[in-house]
Amino acid sequence: MTPIITKIAGTAVPIMGNDIDTDRIIPARFLKEITFEHMGDYLFADARFEPDGSPKDHPLNTDGFKNATIMVVGRNFGCGSSREHAPQSIKRYGIRALIGESFSEIFSGNCTSIGVPTVTASESTIQALQEIITAHPTTPITIDLDARKVSAGDRKFPITLPDSRRHSFVTGTWDSAALLLSNLDKVRHTANQLPYMTGFSN
Amino acid sequence: MSKYTLYDTLWDSHRVATLPSGQDQLLIGLHLIHEVTTPQAFAALREKGLAVAFPNRTFATMDHIIPTDTVARPYKDSQAESMAQALENNVADYGIPFFGPSSQQQGIVHVVGPELGLTQPGMTIACGDSHTSTHGAFGSLAFGIGTTEVQHVLETQSLALSRLKVRRITFDGPLPRGTYAKDVILKIIQTLGVKGGIGYAYEFGGTTLDAMSMEERMTICNMSIEGGARIGYINPDETTYAYIKGRPYAPSDANWDKAVAYWNTIKSTDQSEYDDVVHFNAADLEPMVTWGITPGQSVSISQSIPTLQDISGSDQKTTEDAYAYMKITPGQPIKGLKVNVVFIGSCTNSRISDLREAARILEGKTVQPTVKTIIVPGSQQVKAQAEAEGLDKIFQAAGAEWRNAGCSMCLAMNPDQLVGDQVCASTSNRNFMGRQGSPTGRTLLMSPAMAAAAAIAGFVTDVRDIV
Ligand code: SF4
Repeated sequence: MTPIITKIAGTAVPIMGNDIDTDRIIPARFLKEITFEHMGDYLFADARFEPDGSPKDHPLNTDGFKNATIMVVGRNFGCGSSREHAPQSIKRYGIRALIGESFSEIFSGNCTSIGVPTVTASESTIQALQEIITAHPTTPITIDLDARKVSAGDRKFPITLPDSRRHSFVTGTWDSAALLLSNLDKVRHTANQLPYMTGFSN
Repeated sequence: MSKYTLYDTLWDSHRVATLPSGQDQLLIGLHLIHEVTTPQAFAALREKGLAVAFPNRTFATMDHIIPTDTVARPYKDSQAESMAQALENNVADYGIPFFGPSSQQQGIVHVVGPELGLTQPGMTIACGDSHTSTHGAFGSLAFGIGTTEVQHVLETQSLALSRLKVRRITFDGPLPRGTYAKDVILKIIQTLGVKGGIGYAYEFGGTTLDAMSMEERMTICNMSIEGGARIGYINPDETTYAYIKGRPYAPSDANWDKAVAYWNTIKSTDQSEYDDVVHFNAADLEPMVTWGITPGQSVSISQSIPTLQDISGSDQKTTEDAYAYMKITPGQPIKGLKVNVVFIGSCTNSRISDLREAARILEGKTVQPTVKTIIVPGSQQVKAQAEAEGLDKIFQAAGAEWRNAGCSMCLAMNPDQLVGDQVCASTSNRNFMGRQGSPTGRTLLMSPAMAAAAAIAGFVTDVRDIV
């Protein structure tokens, strides 16, 4: 069993804009390493740094946001390439959950399988949260998966998250490897029912 | 809730169990792997001391990091070399069939699977690559997965998944002159948006698609992920069966008839129910070109780049980012935009029919000397076929470079990359910031014919004016 995740508390960083793709989260040239170990160093590399290494104007280069553990994002975040390097870079940077208007399917699946909840909220909630943390980066933010709420200081907003995801976080079963493996006999049974698995020779 | 569609039929026949979370455990019939998204999965497998559950249902090739101008080993880029070696060791250690650089069958994973007959109707197909949706053209449920999921498939030949909704998208009528499958899918994404498909599988149909070859259908399904749909598929028909028949991994003899009988049972029917239905008419379709930083930011060749007033409120920031990044003026015509590089290739448009069309445009013409034009076949087999037809000679005579098979300039993991803020007319699928290797490089997506026309002109032009 993997750790139970019900509440994520910390401070948050706003990443503005829609359709932020995984190439932007981690450019492809960093995918040539055969481990995920250093991925945290490359998060938003080209958005954060000039080619000569000098920092650009980016929230993660701003003192108030450097230690954030929650990311507040827009719509269709994580679209594009299925590279798990993107969620890995986010997690290894120190982010433990994301709140957004929507996420690409593959991205949120990848986040779930490494224990990083991606919860969604309405456009107005996202806007409100981004305004609050932009004005006061130290505002304490808590995501409560059980209650399906996010609190920012003393304000509370509703969040959504599919039942299956919520279940897997609050029961500590978000890494499904063990569950899948325990059904290996059933996998073989299903395989035997499918004519193509034996080249249609049966 | 959709009912009785191909999606529903295959989901039910591949369901192993329903998990406590409510997700289903689904059998994965075919697993394709490449060098970039698998080394960590094999490392985890080793650490746990587990075997690959169904080693004969995983197939490997190498595509992303491979240089296309030389076959010499070791690769100049030591990281690429170690990534190649990691894959070579992993397939050897676990007994996985491998179409490597010296196999004459290597190529982009989404070109190789279909061409070898591995990809068949009625399968569930997973690969650590979002363009796995390509294989849906055969009437399979094919989708991209992350590296942790690659590990799950290696260990258990199955995945924990949530059922998607199904949207049927029909396109009817003959394709107007100068338009192609690429224009069809760019139009669909422009209309439904890059996030329109989140939570959906797209079922494509209609008379336009019925008349298409398998290669054209693959171009369509390839880019369903660009519309947010993890899965795109087309019901199998006689065109599908004719393509598969006789390929190395296709069922043969008596098994062929059994296979066709099975494939005929999985299709959507008149009784199928969908969560949503969208209809397009091919009549008004024109060649499409993207101008921005998402594949949804496109216009017809006769149109101008939209102004901020044309864009709804929540999309304005992405639009402004696109203007700034692309260094273009709102309202300016797309026609005439200068290009520095032309790239014809990628899993969207690197098959033999794409290359034939590019050759038809380039034959007897020359590309602008200022435009670096590279033509990259999707696989070693496509390359051999193109050379047998003399297409390589046509390309070279026109001043274009003819390369070896690989992902090449579709993404920035091999030596083929944009420099500075070069503009590339590209037949690939993504125009994201920095996608083609330079943090300031600019990409315009279009069909192979339009890219060939841009190479000749030196700027974005209407292919219908030159042929
Ligand atoms: S050609 Fe491009 S999109 Fe296709 S698999 Fe290769 S890198 Fe990915």
